[in-house]
Amino acid sequence: MSPQGTVTVSAGTGYNFAYLDEGTKRMIRRAILKAIAIPGYQVPFAAREMPMPYGWGTGGVQVTAAILGAADVLKVIDQGADDTTNAVSIRRFFTATAGVATTTRTAEATVIQTRHRIPEAPLTEGQVLVYQVPIPEPLRFLEPRETETRQLHALAEYGLMHVKLYEDIARHGHIATTYAYPVEVAGRYVMDPSPTPKFDNPKMDDCPALQLFGAGREKRIYAIPPYTQVRSLDFEDHPFRVQRFDRPCALCGAEGVYLDEVILDDAGGRMFVCSDTDHCETRRADGHTGEAA
Amino acid sequence: MIEPLLPEPLLPETLLTVEGLTKRYGHRLACDSIGFTLDHGEVLAVVGESGSGKSTLLSLIAGEVAADAGSVSYRMRDGATRDLATLSEAERRALMRTDWGFVRQDATQGLRMAVSAGGNVGERLMGVGDRHYGRIRATALDWLARVEIAADRVDDPPTRLSGGMRQRLQIARNLVTAPRLVLMDEPTSGLDVSVQARLLDMIRGLVAELGLAVIIVTHDLAVARLLSHRVLVMRSGRVIETGLTDQVLDDPQAAYTQLLVSSVLAA
Repeated sequence: MSPQGTVTVSAGTGYNFAYLDEGTKRMIRRAILKAIAIPGYQVPFAAREMPMPYGWGTGGVQVTAAILGAADVLKVIDQGADDTTNAVSIRRFFTATAGVATTTRTAEATVIQTRHRIPEAPLTEGQVLVYQVPIPEPLRFLEPRETETRQLHALAEYGLMHVKLYEDIARHGHIATTYAYPVEVAGRYVMDPSPTPKFDNPKMDDCPALQLFGAGREKRIYAIPPYTQVRSLDFEDHPFRVQRFDRPCALCGAEGVYLDEVILDDAGGRMFVCSDTDHCETRRADGHTGEAA
Repeated sequence: MIEPLLPEPLLPETLLTVEGLTKRYGHRLACDSIGFTLDHGEVLAVVGESGSGKSTLLSLIAGEVAADAGSVSYRMRDGATRDLATLSEAERRALMRTDWGFVRQDATQGLRMAVSAGGNVGERLMGVGDRHYGRIRATALDWLARVEIAADRVDDPPTRLSGGMRQRLQIARNLVTAPRLVLMDEPTSGLDVSVQARLLDMIRGLVAELGLAVIIVTHDLAVARLLSHRVLVMRSGRVIETGLTDQVLDDPQAAYTQLLVSSVLAA
């Protein structure tokens, strides 16, 4: 890290390393350190304008830019896939502004920026998972006042979160929230895990990797340090359950993974394939095949 | 010697003591050193015209507005009397959602309008840590029945309930944790007379059954006569007369109270 104010311009691009200036990176790192110190607490930070629209990962990109070093290997996924627009453009962005190596292999990456999935391959110590967060406040749609939600967090008054789950059961007979499913971090703060499917919630618990969450428009950073207890909220008589799929991946035959539905034609043809493209490709390279392969 | 109107109170101690409560909005005096005591199971009506400081008094007691002077002490469930100003914010909120209730004039402020009736009643239970859906729902249904809301409305949000039902739902939502003190701010205003009568009847029944202490703010003297044991008459932020309800209403001493009583239209 270079001292504040100095600029280490990447050769050829004219940009500072990883786009942001060093002062901004220090500011973001301070917010990240505070977030790690208070797991699940939303730390305000002075989010910058980024060369991409809000909603495309401006928060995640700033967190990644602040933690990236020249030796890091970056992986970017968008809904589990390495090859969709958002993932490709953010990967290119950091290739251009930081010159870091990129990969699509989960195991090889040191920093993984994700939009709404956690990779199927288990994460390891030393890896950092950076989430793009649109709305960091789990209580937002129940309590519109920011002053009040802050009070509720400060006093750990989370009865309201259960009112939402109650409404789900009353309307649908079961907890119908399938993404952005609220979790309690380290027995204290209730946190929105960003719009990941609740299928991924158990992977957050006791995870060896550091998990960082960046919300650019809302200007908040929060974190789950490695090996932290993360519990999905539920009722005693309606315990938390993840989605189940009644068939394996059509391409690689994987079971117990999160599947995407792919429409094949206009006659109702469809198949279900791994949402995590790297996981699917790795399995197929190892000789696993599904019914459609 | 006048016969006491009330049966001997079960618990002789004072539940709430208000002393010298004062609130200014700029130069205007909303409440001027108001003091009274309230016993367990006692119903006190605060009457007066619009702008007399009634609602401000209620907000001051509930701690929603900071008083400029004076104190409110409350006998907690453990028997200790505490000055409410010395409670931490967490303690104050815990007290408000367990031992106190607040029924608002405008139901949209006292209810969560986007949450079903059952969820509205269950919120306090979940707030105090109940995590069993079946039990919360059974309690909610039980309370809806007690306030005469049909069981098939349990999943309707308040936006689909009538004005009278909204007020009854507010009452159920507040009483579900068995509070000992309920503050009511004009609970019947804006309702037509037959709905008012049913609501008052219900409140009277619940208050007697549960032994609630109530401070009810109203501009309607009939409400005060029907529900309350004692009356406090306010004007321009001051208490100008206080006493037993029938004594004040049948034999008003202050000129303003006489005017107030004589202003009531007989049907």
